[in-house]
Amino acid sequence: MAPLYEPHEYPGRLIVVEGIDGSGKSTQLSLLETFLVSEGYDASFTEWNSSPLVKDTTRRGKKKNLFSPTTFSLIHATDFADRHERSILPPLRTGFLVLADRWAYTAFARDVARGNDRAWLRNLYEFATRPDLALYFRVDIDTAVARITGGRIALKYHEAGMDLGLSPDLITSFRLFQTQVLAEYDQIAAEFGLTVIDGARSIVEQQREVRKLVKPLLKGLRRASGLRPRPAGA
Amino acid sequence: MDTRFYGAGLAKLEVKELSGPLIVIEGADGVGRSTHMELLQGWLEGHGLAVLSTGLVRSALTRRGIMSAKEGHSFDRNTMALFYATDLADRIEHEIIPGMRSGFVVLADRYVFTTMARGAARGLNRDWLAKLYGFALVPTKVFFLRLDPEELIRRTLRRGGELDYWESGRDVGLAPDLYSSFRAYQTLILQEFDRMAEAYGFVTIDASRSVEEVQADLRRGVADFLDPGLLNPPPPDAGD
Repeated sequence: MAPLYEPHEYPGRLIVVEGIDGSGKSTQLSLLETFLVSEGYDASFTEWNSSPLVKDTTRRGKKKNLFSPTTFSLIHATDFADRHERSILPPLRTGFLVLADRWAYTAFARDVARGNDRAWLRNLYEFATRPDLALYFRVDIDTAVARITGGRIALKYHEAGMDLGLSPDLITSFRLFQTQVLAEYDQIAAEFGLTVIDGARSIVEQQREVRKLVKPLLKGLRRASGLRPRPAGA
Repeated sequence: MDTRFYGAGLAKLEVKELSGPLIVIEGADGVGRSTHMELLQGWLEGHGLAVLSTGLVRSALTRRGIMSAKEGHSFDRNTMALFYATDLADRIEHEIIPGMRSGFVVLADRYVFTTMARGAARGLNRDWLAKLYGFALVPTKVFFLRLDPEELIRRTLRRGGELDYWESGRDVGLAPDLYSSFRAYQTLILQEFDRMAEAYGFVTIDASRSVEEVQADLRRGVADFLDPGLLNPPPPDAGD
């Protein structure tokens, strides 16, 4: 069976967060990272669409509007593959906690909403390690829109699905596109056993639940003695 | 399912009638692919046909990115397969399909098979690779210019060239030196091609012969499905 479908045997732990923009997942992951590092664990963070190898291509494609649903999907898989090899497997095999902001499930949700084939996408990401814990921060579309229009998050062109021509208005397009993404996420959560967290609750309540879920995974991990400073950029 | 594709095809792209054929020339670097592409193109144009040529890593989207990835120290096999797939998808959408739709004869200098062979030689699962390329159009005909690694080395060196890092599969770790690595890697690639030649029905052409002989085989192969009349001399008024 492919890595995506069976538990890994690496000494580290892989924790990923999923959810649409405005779901609060990045805030929760960042709080978790700070907590784990302060507890003396070796943690390493990686986020969607950040491989230096692919960055220029993605930037060019977005700027010049060169992407189709197929190439948009493929370039993100390329980005993921590079990070998986370079910044995910090495810490995982060393025994670190790897914290990932978005995993293959993001592609399964978004790219299907863009019209790509479900089975094709699952094959595409088959090499991805199955997370020890995948947290899906579920919010309804109104909550997400309220958070975005509240000004805390800048809405991006592709995140709003503007490339699909659903509506000329950014917020309306976001609403239409992300409603489809949410429907897809629900199916994915069942298919891959994601742990659903109610993203509408307060940050503190959610973090408490996150830590409770993470705690059993920490058993057996090496810890540095003494406290350590916060990681740069956290 | 649209049988013109290997799998699910391309998302959100309505592909209507494709009147032009897609002809693929596969084969290793140094086998004479570009020479034969040019000769074939000139011949077809001489008969008054419109020809569009496309080749690996020529997409506007990914060309620069792939080039710089190849200059770096690490280009993992999954990443490589996916980056090349992005290049091909972009060219299928922006060059190959528009060309075929307008009735061009589209000549492709390598296609999915080169990247599938490279991936398989690096230990990637063949089934995974085949499914990955489910978006690709099934070519009208694939010609495989076949040459043994030894002869490939001879030709490369004869032209004053060097054995290329990637064409030698140096990243695979097959052998400690360049020469042995090239031979071992190209032998693996050839095995993959022979396997695919059977599975995908390539027309295999022995490329160890002269340019004229190889080209004559190619032309016969193309005329065979395109128009047997192409083997006659072109009418004097065509092709200017």
